[in-house]
Amino acid sequence: MSDLEDLYQEIILDHNKRPRNHGKLEVSNRTAEGFNPLCGDHVDISINVEDGIVKEVAFEGSGCAISTASASIMTEELKGKTLAEAKELFKKFHSMITGEERETTEETGLGKLDVFSGVCRYPARVKCATLAWHTVNAALDGDGEAVSTE
Amino acid sequence: MDASPLDIDRIRRDFPILQKTVNDKPLVYLDNAATAQKPQAVIDAISNYYSGCNANVHRGVHRLSVDATDAYEGARSKIREFIGAGRVEEIIYVRGATEAINLVAQTYGQANVGTGDEVIISTLEHHSNIVPWQILCKQLGATLRVVPINDAGEFLFDEYEAMLGPRTKLVAINHVSNALGTINPVKRIVEKAHEHGAAVLVDGAQAVPHVMVDVRALDCDFYTFSSHKLFGPTGVGALYGKFDILEAMPLYQSGGDMIKSVTFEKTTYNDLPYRFEAGTPNIAGAVGLGAAIDYVTELGMDNIARYEHDLGRYAAEALSSVPEVRLIGTAREKAAVVSFVVDGVHPHDIGTILDQEGIAIRTGHHCAQPVMERFGVVATARASMAFYNTRDEIDKLVDAVTKVIKVFR
Repeated sequence: MSDLEDLYQEIILDHNKRPRNHGKLEVSNRTAEGFNPLCGDHVDISINVEDGIVKEVAFEGSGCAISTASASIMTEELKGKTLAEAKELFKKFHSMITGEERETTEETGLGKLDVFSGVCRYPARVKCATLAWHTVNAALDGDGEAVSTE
Repeated sequence: MDASPLDIDRIRRDFPILQKTVNDKPLVYLDNAATAQKPQAVIDAISNYYSGCNANVHRGVHRLSVDATDAYEGARSKIREFIGAGRVEEIIYVRGATEAINLVAQTYGQANVGTGDEVIISTLEHHSNIVPWQILCKQLGATLRVVPINDAGEFLFDEYEAMLGPRTKLVAINHVSNALGTINPVKRIVEKAHEHGAAVLVDGAQAVPHVMVDVRALDCDFYTFSSHKLFGPTGVGALYGKFDILEAMPLYQSGGDMIKSVTFEKTTYNDLPYRFEAGTPNIAGAVGLGAAIDYVTELGMDNIARYEHDLGRYAAEALSSVPEVRLIGTAREKAAVVSFVVDGVHPHDIGTILDQEGIAIRTGHHCAQPVMERFGVVATARASMAFYNTRDEIDKLVDAVTKVIKVFR
């Protein structure tokens, strides 16, 4: 597989074209807004948390394929997670993307999120892949401030 | 093309970085509006300065200091001649165009703009020619007015004329737009402003590397540019100001070199241009800039402008022949900059895929978010050319863009 196909895998292209959970939740109790000042990417996250579990999560905004697909797949992965699990997933994802814990032979244990493992070889694109995650993290922390990747 | 007196193959050999490969492909550098590459002559001038005559300027009687001062002041003379200024005292060294605009805003602006007055800029401005004026207007209770552009990305002169009035104290406009490449009718803009008694600052960062500039013919009050876009080093640039205006301006930064004498009771300030150059300057940078000016002067600014004009048109035509590509900014008077978007593909994805082909372009908002907003896009991909780029490189760009479209179908 070429480097490029490694970055733009079929599943990423698919989520970019048909993002899941795209829009704004009618009922939500956690929201946050994220910006990437470098490229003007912007994402709004709304989450509905019930009994400490992420029931629904949706996103809207504009961004590149990496950032759109990352947000889309993230919403799928977060559904049904407890708040602690969601935070843990953010940490793991972040480590993988930034190449902090690159496991060379084994799977990262991140399941579908593994498709983003190629991103760590493109340092200029790390912020694209993590914007939605940072924003969710802020929404869960509930400080309501806009998040910036800078 | 064949008629160009420029020997591009030979010129390309003057730039060591152009021999480089990126991702195993020959580098195609089309991000010249962000910063230009440096010829060996510039690199050597900086290196020779440090290995041969490094010393502080304006203060030593020893030989090295004299040599360093000569080199530093010699570069100032080259700048004067290059932009057609009348006197060397009118050339102030700055860190770059951004610092120059801040300098004018906080000296001339502070002294000449008052509450209720107006400063005029245009939609085409780089953030560096927006924010300093926003800050000034906020400080003074003045109003910032913005001349709109048409769908081609051209300055709307009638709207500008209608905006001018007794409240207008200053007009700040770029000579060439960094985001779109539009060349603004600066001479006419200055003429009209002067009819209303307003001063004009021209941000020439994108013009000086590509067209012949004559500040006296333009009759602008201030003109500024950065060395690094003119094939020189980063961290240095020049501000031109008319002598009488500079003479009357309040001080900017203070410290060494900008004074004649200091006691605890009283300080006498230095003459122009040193009065605006506090602290030990970027001497090696100035020397490098001087070498860059020698280099482009040798090639001939007219030759450069003609060659690039042809190349820019070639690029615009080639890219617009791809159905999915939409050009942003199609002004009649245009530098060799092509800003474009591809249906359904974010510019960052274009940039990453082009990089795999060894092609460097800029993607994003180009520090000109109001321009993006005007065209209803969040970002564009921008190929900006210099005299060392070739039609072959443009063909590679178009092939790579076609590849992008294939990846995203």
